This record gives sequence, structure tokens and C-alpha cells, in this order.
Amino acid sequence: MPLEIALDAEEQRRLRAARLERVGRWVLPVAIMCLAVFLWDRVVVWNEIPHYILPRPIDVVRAFVEDWQLLLSSLLVTLKITGLGLVCAVVGGVGLAVLFAQSKWVEMSFFPFAVILQVTPIVAIFPLINIYVDNLTAKLLLCAWIVAFFPILSNTTLGLNSVDKNLRDLFKLNGATRWQELWHLRLPAAMPYFLGGLKIAGGLALIGAVVAEFVAGSGGQSSGLASRIIEAGYRLRTARLFAALILISLTGIAIFMLLSWLSHVILRRWHESAVKQES
Amino acid sequence: MIAPVNPAPLLVARGVGKTFSNGVRALDGVDLTLREGDFLSLLGPSGCGKSTLLRIIAGLLSPTSGMLDWRGQMADPSLLGFVFQEPTLMPWATVFDNVWLPLRLKGVSRKAAAPAIGDLLERVHLTGFENAVPRELSGGMKMRVSIARSLVTKPRLLLMDEPFAALDEITRFKLNNDLLELWDDQKITVVFVTHSVFESVFLSHRVVVMAARPGRIFQEVAVDAPYPRDETFRTSPEYAALCRSTSDVLADAMRAGAADAA
Repeated sequence: MPLEIALDAEEQRRLRAARLERVGRWVLPVAIMCLAVFLWDRVVVWNEIPHYILPRPIDVVRAFVEDWQLLLSSLLVTLKITGLGLVCAVVGGVGLAVLFAQSKWVEMSFFPFAVILQVTPIVAIFPLINIYVDNLTAKLLLCAWIVAFFPILSNTTLGLNSVDKNLRDLFKLNGATRWQELWHLRLPAAMPYFLGGLKIAGGLALIGAVVAEFVAGSGGQSSGLASRIIEAGYRLRTARLFAALILISLTGIAIFMLLSWLSHVILRRWHESAVKQES
Repeated sequence: MIAPVNPAPLLVARGVGKTFSNGVRALDGVDLTLREGDFLSLLGPSGCGKSTLLRIIAGLLSPTSGMLDWRGQMADPSLLGFVFQEPTLMPWATVFDNVWLPLRLKGVSRKAAAPAIGDLLERVHLTGFENAVPRELSGGMKMRVSIARSLVTKPRLLLMDEPFAALDEITRFKLNNDLLELWDDQKITVVFVTHSVFESVFLSHRVVVMAARPGRIFQEVAVDAPYPRDETFRTSPEYAALCRSTSDVLADAMRAGAADAA
């Protein structure tokens, strides 16, 4: 056991601080969260706020239990749009980035279009999409895609262009074809950049899907979580509204954690960002 | 082994010059004959064009003036190995895959390449590290991988661009010894760029001292010490004397470069 070594006071202090930090990293946020929920409950009770203005936490839990079938099916609808949107964003973003990487001229010519698509708020574009696209799923998907593809495109383009110059010379010296250079050098080198973009895009795809549902769902056509929120708002089913909202947040967190895990697994052996910090 | 006596030339460079688009005359009027089995060092201060000359020989740069006359089969670029100043390994690939790369690009399968790679890794003392990735290796080990990779295509000519400049002295000495061993049993020709007098004298039998502004060959120094050279040579008075005379030539070259700039 390495801890059997006699440590001086300073090292002991450092060890204690490190141990405390490890525990605190988990305990503190959980404790603060519990405290916040408790205060929320107390505020409602003490001020006798009616449940349709602000439900008690227990009412929200009850809404989860009573409406779970409805919420779950809505969640699945939203998840489907988010997932498909993200897949399309990956295919489109990486595909365009590879195309851009083939020639500086292509990149210079078409990158501004990608920027325009990115900076124009999706809510403002939606009425146009509504006119041109009939199918509801296609509409929502298009929105999620527009919002999510840019970070992937931009990051992957950066990655494909950030290859070590000497490595490119090495490939040239060995007579590598353009395709070999892309496959064996530029794509692997772009991987950390792509994964960084993917993490951002995952959250954005969810936002895109929910926003699109909001705009499209005002007519009650959609059946995702956003329309549950609108509907619950109209009917003052505030507890259900909270439940749907919490589900969206949890989904976003789950997507982020999943993509972070994926990124870690892919990069853990070689990239500094994923290498475990040694004490 | 002794330095070869008048073997066939591999490469004759005549009046090679390079001027970059920003107006810098990196090289001017370089005449150099490279012979089979040479261990030739290009020695000079930074800015003397030694790396530029190496890159022109490698075909990574084309000369503004003059010509390179390759003799025999040397026109085939696959007979050329290059070692960069940094290890220049693919960080995502294992040691094996990094060494395999030049063969892989030529369509040699992993299986077909394995015996040659195993043999090379043994020669650079990296047996057992096939599946390690670069960040798990020390600086010296990374350089050994880089050297193994440059030798995997069995090149006739090995070009090295200050390969050990970033390593500590102990590691550098060890790699110097190993490089001489490789040079001896692979029967290759080496052009070695360095800014260290001691390294150039220890390794090579021809030290080509270069001067700056514009980059040019100042003087060639013959290092007439027999191979094999080992730690006894490194501490011998003969080595010290050779280093001193080479240093004097380098000092003259630097004065010449400074005078031209003034």
C-alpha cells in the first residue's frame, strides 16, 4: 500500500483536499438541487400559490405518474426528430466538410452559405419551410438539421485543415493519393474536432426539434413534447407542463452525456483532451 | 567498416539555387556530389539553407535554378527515406501502424508487412511496443519509430532533418550510436542536417559546412576517422581535434555570412 509511507503534514493536507474535492464534486450539486426543490415546495405552501400557477414538486411527480404514457409517446416523437436530425447533420456536415477540404476554392465559394443558414434564426425561416414542405416530419427534420449541422461542418472543416504539415509531406513523399491522404491522415486528424462539434450539435438538434414543433405545433399538428407543453399551457395543466419541460432537460443532458462518453471512448488512447489526468 | 573509396555517385547537384516568393535567397549555386554509402552532414547556422537543400533533394521543393542529376535507379522516389525534426507520427495510430504506413500506402497488407516491421522494430530496440501509441512513448522512442518508418521501404538514401535536435544529450548519444549501426548494416547513404559540430563529426565522414545569406556551401571537411565509431571515439583526442578544426571552419562560415549581410 503506497499510503503506508509516512507523509509530511503538507502532503497529508493535499491528499485530504483531493479526497474532499472528489466527494464534493458529486455531493454539492445534488445537495443544492435537493435544497432548491425543498424551497420551491415551501414557497408554494407558505404563499398558498394555486397549483395552476406553480405546482408543488409532488404535483409534478404525480403528473409524471399519471400521464407517463402520453409523455413517453411525446418524448419518443421528439427523440425521433432529434436523432434523425443529428444523423442528417453528421452526414451533411461531414460530407460538406470533406467537399470543402478538396479545394480551397469550393470552401471559399460555399462556406458563406453555411454561415447565412446558421445566423438566420430558425423561427424566422420556418414560415418559408412551412410553405415549401408538406410533410410534417420532413419540416421538423429540416429545422433540426439546419440548427445542428453548422458546428459539425465548421469543426470538421477546421480539423481537416489542421493536419501537421510534416505528416502531409510524409504522405506526399510516399506517393499517397488524395483519397489515401483523406482516409489515412485528414479524417483521423479531424476526429477530435468533429467530436467537439458533435457534442454541440447534439444539444442543438434537440433545440431545433423542439423549436420546430413549437412553431409547427401551434396548429396542434405535432405530437412531440413541445405540443404537450403548449397544450398543457392552454389548459393550465401546469404540473404536466413542468413534467414535459423536465423531460426535455433530461433528454438534453442524456444526449450530452452520451456524446461525451462516445468522444471519450474514441479519443481516450491518443488525444490529450481525453487522457486521464495523472495525479 | 571503412568509408567507401570512390564509389559510384548517386546524385550530382549542379548550381542548385532557391529563391522564395518573398525574395529570400535560401540557396545559391550549390554543387554537391553524393556517393553511394556516404554519411554526409550538412552543418551550418540557422538560415543557411541546409533544410531547404534537403527538401530539394527529397523532391518536396523544386529548385529555382540548377539541376539534380540522379544516377542509376535513384530516380525512383520510393528509394528515399525522410526523417523530420519532430517524430511526425500519427498520434491515433499504434507504433506498428505508424511504421506500416509507407508500405500501406503502396498497397502492402498488414500481414505481408509484419515480418519486415518486426525486424525493423527489433533493430531500433522497440520490440514489444508494437501496440503502444505515440503518447505512451518517450521522445527518444518516438524518434526511433520515426527512423524505423523511414527505413521500412528499404530506401537507398536516407535524408534526416535535424532529427535529434530536440532530444536530451544522453538520448542523442545513444541514437547516434544506433544510427551508425543501422547505416552500417543497411548499406544506405545518409544526408544528415544538423547544427551541432559534435554530432556531425561523430557521425559522418563528410561534413559540408554551409554559410548564410544567401545559403551556400562554404567548405567541405573530411572526417578521416575510421568506423566503427563508438564511445571510445567520442572521448578520444582525435575526435576533439576534429571537432576543433570543424568548429573553426564553421566560425569562418558564420563570419562570411555576417560580412555579406552587413
